[in-house]
Amino acid sequence: MTKSLFLTNLILAIIWVMATGTLTEENFIFGFFIGFGILWIITFKKEERKYFSGIPKWFGFGVFILLEIIKANFQALKESFYPKSKLEPGIVKVPLDAKTDIEISILSNIISLTPGTLIMDVSDDKKVIYVHVMHLLNKDKFINDIKQKFEKPLLELMR
Amino acid sequence: MKDILIMLLSTFGAMFILSSSIGLLRKPDVYLRISVTAKASTLGISLILVSAALFFNDYSVTTRAVAIILFVFLTISIGGHLLARAAYITKTPIWKGTKTDDLQGQYDAVTHKLYSEKHHSAIKPEKSENNI
Repeated sequence: MTKSLFLTNLILAIIWVMATGTLTEENFIFGFFIGFGILWIITFKKEERKYFSGIPKWFGFGVFILLEIIKANFQALKESFYPKSKLEPGIVKVPLDAKTDIEISILSNIISLTPGTLIMDVSDDKKVIYVHVMHLLNKDKFINDIKQKFEKPLLELMR
Repeated sequence: MKDILIMLLSTFGAMFILSSSIGLLRKPDVYLRISVTAKASTLGISLILVSAALFFNDYSVTTRAVAIILFVFLTISIGGHLLARAAYITKTPIWKGTKTDDLQGQYDAVTHKLYSEKHHSAIKPEKSENNI
């Protein structure tokens, strides 16, 4: 349902671009917002209503991930000059709540791009992932952090 | 104003790439090196591409820059993951300062199947001294 609404929204944006006759990014995004508003007015069903809270949430999640990546890079910049005595690496087993392939691949990509972590592998039965951490201070806290910060909002969006 | 923005973006991009190469030299084992290079170079490359897109200010250049950034983000993390996996399976030595290693013996020695429960196999990288 969400997919077809998203496609309708895109088509409305393209129609807006065709009607106004100027193909620029700003005009396309403006058309997208107009389509969003029109769809918001004409939908009544409950499952269709989910789309309108979904899009802003995805947007917010994207911004959050982008900020995390930038933070990760500044941390990596700092860590490059650390002496070896400050390093505390370790490989940690993190149990997964995500079930399908797409959820696991998005989650592992996000974890790879955030501070000090690197995905080693996903187990063959898709129950755990193994993560290499650069600063492992507290194992349980680290697992809890990953679950609360990345997995929970991601699963809320995907399901 | 735009010139200053372009200068800032490309300088920061170059600095991130420089830091990742310094990290590559300084880190003691292969997993830490992958971890450092994979991250810093993603943002470095994307910042330089954004500054190029701003400099040319052309529709075709911008779309290409966006596409390259997207694929860099997708591929570098996957590349890091595959490198780390291959390094572990071929028993590349792990640094002696590593605190915990949950992956120890979890790979099947013949099929390379990865178990989630406790498993005992021969794939255990030995701990090494500084810089290999």
